[in-house]
Amino acid sequence: MPELLIELFSEEIPARMQGFARDTLRKMVTDGLVEAGLTYGHAQAFSTPRRLVLVLDGLSTESPTLREERKGPAVTAPEAAVQGFLRSTGLTLDQLEKRDDKKGQVWFAVIEKPGRAAPEIVAEVLEKTIRSFPWPKSMRWGNGTLKWVRPLHSILCLLSDDTGASVVDLDIDGIKAGATTAGHRFMAPDRFAVTGFADYAAKLKAAKVVLDSSEREAMIWHDATQLAFAQGLELVEDRGLLTEVAGLVEFPVALMGAIAEDFLHLPPEVLQTSMREHQKFFSVKNPKTGRIEGFVTVANRETADHGATILKGNLKVLSARLSDARFFWEHDLRVVKTEGLEGMGAGLANVTFHNKLGSQKARIERIAALAREIAPLVGADPDQAEKAALVVKSDLRSAMVGEFPELQGLMGSYYARAQGLSEEIAAACKGHYSPLGPSDAVPSEPVTVAVALADKIDTLTGFWAIDEKPTGSKDPFALRRAALGVIRLVLGNGLRMGLGRVVSKIFNQRANIATLGDWVRETELEQEETKSALYEALINEDLASYAEGHEAKLAELASSFLGGVKPTPSKHHGQARQSSSDLLSFFHDRLKVFLKDEGIRHDVIDAVLAMPGNDDLTLVVKRAEALSAFLKTEDGTNLIQGFKRANNILTQAEAKDGVEYSFGADVKFAEAEEEKTLFAALDAAEAALAPAMASEDFATAMAEMAKLRAPIDAFFTAVQINAENPIVRRNRLNLLSRIRQICQSVADLTKLDG
Amino acid sequence: MEKPAAPRSFQEIILRLMTYWSSKGCAVLQPYDMEVGAGTFHPATTLRSLGSQPWAAAYVQPSRRPTDGRYGENPNRLQHYYQYQVLIKPSPPDLQALYLGSLEAIGIDLGLHDIRFVEDDWESPTLGAWGLGWEVWCDGMEVSQFTYFQQVGGHDCKPVSGELTYGLERLAMYVLGIDHVMDMPFNDPASPIPLKYGDIFRQTEEEYSRHNFDGANTEVLLQHFLDAEAECERLLAFPAEDPNSGKRIVMAHPAYDQCIKASHLFNLLDARGVISVTERQAYIGRVRALAKKCADAFVTTTAGGWRPEAQA
Repeated sequence: MPELLIELFSEEIPARMQGFARDTLRKMVTDGLVEAGLTYGHAQAFSTPRRLVLVLDGLSTESPTLREERKGPAVTAPEAAVQGFLRSTGLTLDQLEKRDDKKGQVWFAVIEKPGRAAPEIVAEVLEKTIRSFPWPKSMRWGNGTLKWVRPLHSILCLLSDDTGASVVDLDIDGIKAGATTAGHRFMAPDRFAVTGFADYAAKLKAAKVVLDSSEREAMIWHDATQLAFAQGLELVEDRGLLTEVAGLVEFPVALMGAIAEDFLHLPPEVLQTSMREHQKFFSVKNPKTGRIEGFVTVANRETADHGATILKGNLKVLSARLSDARFFWEHDLRVVKTEGLEGMGAGLANVTFHNKLGSQKARIERIAALAREIAPLVGADPDQAEKAALVVKSDLRSAMVGEFPELQGLMGSYYARAQGLSEEIAAACKGHYSPLGPSDAVPSEPVTVAVALADKIDTLTGFWAIDEKPTGSKDPFALRRAALGVIRLVLGNGLRMGLGRVVSKIFNQRANIATLGDWVRETELEQEETKSALYEALINEDLASYAEGHEAKLAELASSFLGGVKPTPSKHHGQARQSSSDLLSFFHDRLKVFLKDEGIRHDVIDAVLAMPGNDDLTLVVKRAEALSAFLKTEDGTNLIQGFKRANNILTQAEAKDGVEYSFGADVKFAEAEEEKTLFAALDAAEAALAPAMASEDFATAMAEMAKLRAPIDAFFTAVQINAENPIVRRNRLNLLSRIRQICQSVADLTKLDG
Repeated sequence: MEKPAAPRSFQEIILRLMTYWSSKGCAVLQPYDMEVGAGTFHPATTLRSLGSQPWAAAYVQPSRRPTDGRYGENPNRLQHYYQYQVLIKPSPPDLQALYLGSLEAIGIDLGLHDIRFVEDDWESPTLGAWGLGWEVWCDGMEVSQFTYFQQVGGHDCKPVSGELTYGLERLAMYVLGIDHVMDMPFNDPASPIPLKYGDIFRQTEEEYSRHNFDGANTEVLLQHFLDAEAECERLLAFPAEDPNSGKRIVMAHPAYDQCIKASHLFNLLDARGVISVTERQAYIGRVRALAKKCADAFVTTTAGGWRPEAQA
């Protein structure tokens, strides 16, 4: 069975696209071949900066002959119908067969599609692949119209087996497929011919090209750790950088150097970020001092001087880069020491957060007000929370974050300490963006938690109010992440807060402003001048008027102009209610996803969300966990069956009788012993349940409920609910209602599956 | 092959680039006589990358970035510096090799250094232009930009031009082993009157830094911006037929001069800090609109590939 080898040789492919390109090449070519009727054994794709390679073994030599039979019109059918059939099959009348059918003779067409040879199919599939390859960005070059990620220079396309190798006949815009490739750009630039993959791999290796990116990664990692180890240092792991660097070289050579003494006082994160972002250096740590003291750079070649010139050049660039970093660091420290983080962040007034949500400064003021409000709920000092919120984003205006945006927050914490702000505020600078993902650590320091919550809730309510919610896969403002952040902050810290109240208050404030705005626009004022001045003030700022966080200012405006008229509730308030409940459902949806990952069933969460207080997420989860554990016990599943049976009978009876049986079961009407036992059990359960529910000890509550299982089972076995005597019947239905009430105290069990 | 000796001065590096690209068939042009932010603004690049006419040019372009002024104190940053620019249309298949040859010509031994092509896509919002390519690294330092133009002034580039931009000071400092730009020998250090970069430019860096940050009259600059904008549009509004000569003369280049002016005035206003973040985008958009109109006009000229018979 032949082997197929493809190499697409081009100018340097961006490192970040190579993994995608490997997978895509393999998928497009193998899918295309299979679709055309070929089979293959194993497919493997490789990439270097200059080549994309695919090798397939066990390829079939041709596609099978396909025979298709198609039934046509009856022989007696009108001429037009027969002609139509001939057109659709591409045959002539004498090629059709007459066959007997239930309703007489009909025309049959037998169409044979002969199999095609593999080279023909490969050429067709590869051309289609190249012409429609979905590069994230592609380009034309020279006079051509072909698009590729960078100019494509040659195509190697070879089918080989024991008897030899042959080039697949293919010409794409003047690039004719052949059997040759070139080695390393500098160390072995000549072109050479190959006879198959084994030969190709061996010759490339000799020509200083390591084809497999994972092999290059392993080489880099091995050599770099060895270099560090030899000097008693350790390499800082960085998987992303390793992959990137492996995509920048065909022949990796690791070189290690030391960072000059003058730069060692810079924060380690700054050294690491500067070296990684600008120069793609690995950081090297001294385990004794804990500092970043060196680097490893990866060159693309060996040299006669063993890399001395290359290392010297890299050191020079590093020194220029770190001089810049030191300049930013010292500049920023000067600013915070004279003007504080407040002064550093002053320019945020001129930075737009979102054109409908005002400036960054306006946003920060909203967050500060909210942080103050949330603070008591999370055990933080309101003054500290507000103060922290006002400065946590100031570092966005620092020179360092301007250069390295990924250091936002972290630099703020350094600068807060330098300014002498409290450790709580410094921690909030760094921590208030957290948690950023499902596995990111959740901050626990109360001030940080207050600011982090306020930040995320402000973002969510803001985008909800301007109707920029996530849809399908689109979530440009990362609102799902913000909601998950709120959920994890609340649960991770066991916070007890009604999210519904927090968000509806915000939406209501917005509604107040909007109502006031409408009122001013619509009201006839005697003094036209006054009206237009106020109108201007509102229009100019419009929603930004809210965004500026100046409800008080507006109210003051209105009263000074209008004599203190208060707007009455309006359509905006209806909208606010809608937004609140909508946002709460969004939180619930995210909570479901989160708890599902924690192994809690969907229906369990629904059962819990149906209970009052469902905007208290900690309470929701406490209930869900207890219910989930309960359902895993035998007593639990049986009790649920008993409950459902009781509930079904009761619901049917209530529907039939048109009344609600919810009160007045009396043990004096009990006839059977099992019935009396159940009365006693329910009394006991109620008594035990009350304190457990009061202390939200749902596990104990459910354990108490579990004790009802045996009496309920026995009751159903022994007793006929629909007794002849209507008094007995009503009493029994009311008894069932007590079962329902008790069982429904932790969660709405009717929502459970099965 | 014998390797060229190491150059000894800034000007020698420029001369060697001139000689090299001249030997590769480029027309060696002179700098454009206007204030521009980068070599790309020279009409030999912006306008000539448009249309179907083949082109090959190389030149030095003095470039100004008012916000980069550091009073001559920063070792690497200048508000006035030189770019070396090469533009070849259509881009030849061996452009990377040609480029590497130019590095050898200025004394970079490719056997000892690590040259890398690192992804860097180029976009000029003021010119309505973009292309794909790399920044070229020599031992971890960016020494050139290498771009295949895809669009300029909103027009697809057909054929595609290959553009090379060398930051001359940085490249020369590296080759000559200099740490502070002002210490770099401009002419040969053995000359009767040896001149360093600082002897020529330290004072002007001081003067222009002060001018750019404090001196320039923003009201005048704002007015000049409006004038240049209006003048550009006025020149393009003329009918193509010139009544004096009876010829078809579209004033694409004079109009483009006004676009260059507007762009530089915007840069100065930006350095003076009088343009807010929101206004900034609007200004860039206005310059881009001019660049697009100039490009539209240029492609209706002979140099832009317009042929009278094709219009008939």
